[in-house]
Amino acid sequence: MWDYSDKVKEHFFNPKNAGAVVDANATGEVGSISCGDALRLTLKVDDDTEVILEAGFQTFGCGSAIASSSVLTEIIKGMTLDEAAKVTNQDIAEQLEGLPPEKMHCSVMGREALQAAIANYRGEVWKDDHEEGALICKCFAIDAVMIEEMVWANKLRTVEDVTNFTKAGGGCAACHEDIEAILEKVLAEKGEKFDPTVAPVPAPAKIAAVKAPLTSLQRIKKIEEVLESLRPALMADGGDVELVEVLGNTAYVNMTGACNGCQMAAMTIAGIQQRLMEVMGEFIKVVPASEMTKLVNIEVA
Amino acid sequence: MTDIYLDNNATTKVDPAVVDVMIPYFLEQYGNPSSIHKFADGVARGLKHARQQVQSLIGCEHDSEIIFTSCGTESNSTAILSAIKAQPNKKEIITTMVEHPAILNVCDYLEKEGYTIHRMPVDKAGRLNLESYKRLLSDQVALVTVMWANNETGTIFPVIEMAEMANAAGVMFHTDAVQAVGKIPMMLQDTKIDMLSVSGHKLHAPKGIGVLYLRRGTRFRPLLRGGHQERGRRAGTENSASIVGLGKACELAQHFIEYENTQVKAMRDRLEQGITELIPHCFVTGDLYNRLPNTTDIAFEYIEGESILMLLNKAGIAASSGSACTSGSLEPSHVMRAMDIPYTAAHGTIRFSFSRYNSMAEVDKVIEVMPGIVATLRKLSPYWSGDGPVTNPEQAFAPVYA
Repeated sequence: MWDYSDKVKEHFFNPKNAGAVVDANATGEVGSISCGDALRLTLKVDDDTEVILEAGFQTFGCGSAIASSSVLTEIIKGMTLDEAAKVTNQDIAEQLEGLPPEKMHCSVMGREALQAAIANYRGEVWKDDHEEGALICKCFAIDAVMIEEMVWANKLRTVEDVTNFTKAGGGCAACHEDIEAILEKVLAEKGEKFDPTVAPVPAPAKIAAVKAPLTSLQRIKKIEEVLESLRPALMADGGDVELVEVLGNTAYVNMTGACNGCQMAAMTIAGIQQRLMEVMGEFIKVVPASEMTKLVNIEVA
Repeated sequence: MTDIYLDNNATTKVDPAVVDVMIPYFLEQYGNPSSIHKFADGVARGLKHARQQVQSLIGCEHDSEIIFTSCGTESNSTAILSAIKAQPNKKEIITTMVEHPAILNVCDYLEKEGYTIHRMPVDKAGRLNLESYKRLLSDQVALVTVMWANNETGTIFPVIEMAEMANAAGVMFHTDAVQAVGKIPMMLQDTKIDMLSVSGHKLHAPKGIGVLYLRRGTRFRPLLRGGHQERGRRAGTENSASIVGLGKACELAQHFIEYENTQVKAMRDRLEQGITELIPHCFVTGDLYNRLPNTTDIAFEYIEGESILMLLNKAGIAASSGSACTSGSLEPSHVMRAMDIPYTAAHGTIRFSFSRYNSMAEVDKVIEVMPGIVATLRKLSPYWSGDGPVTNPEQAFAPVYA
């Protein structure tokens, strides 16, 4: 059975805002093809202020689908539509204290229902822009569609390539057979044959390690350079990283990627930290920028 | 009341009498059965006795037709791979769409290797069409592998008749009988079944022990080669304690087989009746008139199985579901899809599987809590409104699918 957080269980056993909102003026109905779950979100929006006064959900789905729906309604109540539009699936997952990788699509479904409801209120038609495939790499939550696209786009030829470009297969290695099957399929479509022994596609350029002492500016530029080199791998996940501030040996970053909020986020940050320390030759701690405000406030106080 | 275990098709409690006979093989008779000293001198006898107990339960002619393996999955893999290795010129396998993954995934793998796999469909009640089966049989077929009883619905396939048909066409026949052994009386010596898989933990023996029945004269190639154990047909030091435990479990299963088909069946029937009478919009899946006595699989429309299981678990009741979201997989049950169960029902299937350890009091408890659980979840469902489903549920709620 799934390892659900207490928060997920809390929202499942005692869902908030269950049922349709009476006299709702915005509705979003979406489903996830990968597990057959479906959700209807109804909102009552104040026409003058565009503030969401009430939110209700009706969900056909598993424990985490119901919990994601419930927590979503709690998050958006009181927000304006513009604020609500910025809510991501990571926000939903974070509020639930994380979701198992296989269940992240439940939070995606929540975000999509919200966008559909906002579009509905504004008289627009919401169109889904992402395609979800079968989950291949459970360590890093990477699906078949993502791997296929990266294999096509970057002419990948081996499992090692796929790991370098998408992270898939970089954990427990149990999915290597599945990745090989995808490579075989895509390469066959291109008229090539899968050969596990070919030389890997060159990975993103290596950055020279720091030898001489750096000025503060050089140091920050170097950190930027390292983050830049890691960006393609993060963007392959639909995510990104942004350097916000460097204070002493702590680098504050904004994780805007799909991996954030997933239980993998800590791992990603640890990976960035590891790479930074290798290049900089000093101890550097990578911390989400959200932590910075707290620290600064303490210093000011 | 203590927790109620109704997930016996997944695995069973080890019978205390089985544990008792196993203990000496851990603490006293722990010698290697192949050794010549007093730590081992009772082991060979223990294994022989166990072999006879298994033989008696499945009714085979010789005890040498019993090969002890590590589990049902190993028995299945051994059977399939042996059949194709022994007949390298035959490139087809006949199976069904509703087999256990231990069969289907091996077949999928062989398909990639160039084999042709015929996966027979089932009708809405989970039944096979024997006419189309007959047409598939040919001298190109290396093996027919068809389960005796389905793990999700309990539906029984006519394997005895199908084995006769295969035999008449000169085709080897294997059946995965892990759910059937101990619940359906069998006399293999009167059948044309060539190979049959047994799993210990489905009949109150421990996990990690299984049997492959191999009819004398059936061409065979071992999966594991090495020592002379099991007459060289399955190398590896014998799991003596578990083998002896399985023997005892088979003896008990034979003793209780009538109880299974009367008392256990009565509990199953009462639960099924109670639930379907009290709860609207639910139905039993599979072949109602030809099922295992201990299994019922009920589809609760417009709600999802994992949610039901979580609420059942909170009420101290263990069952399982064919829904997409249970047990680590996102795939909806292939058995429900094969039976063409509508999607709004297939996701809400719950399997209750009994054993001789259950009681009528437990049945009553489940009947008591189930309506509330279903009502709670239906209140959350977009397909439900008030006391019943919304009119034209599929049209009334038509989400955009991503």
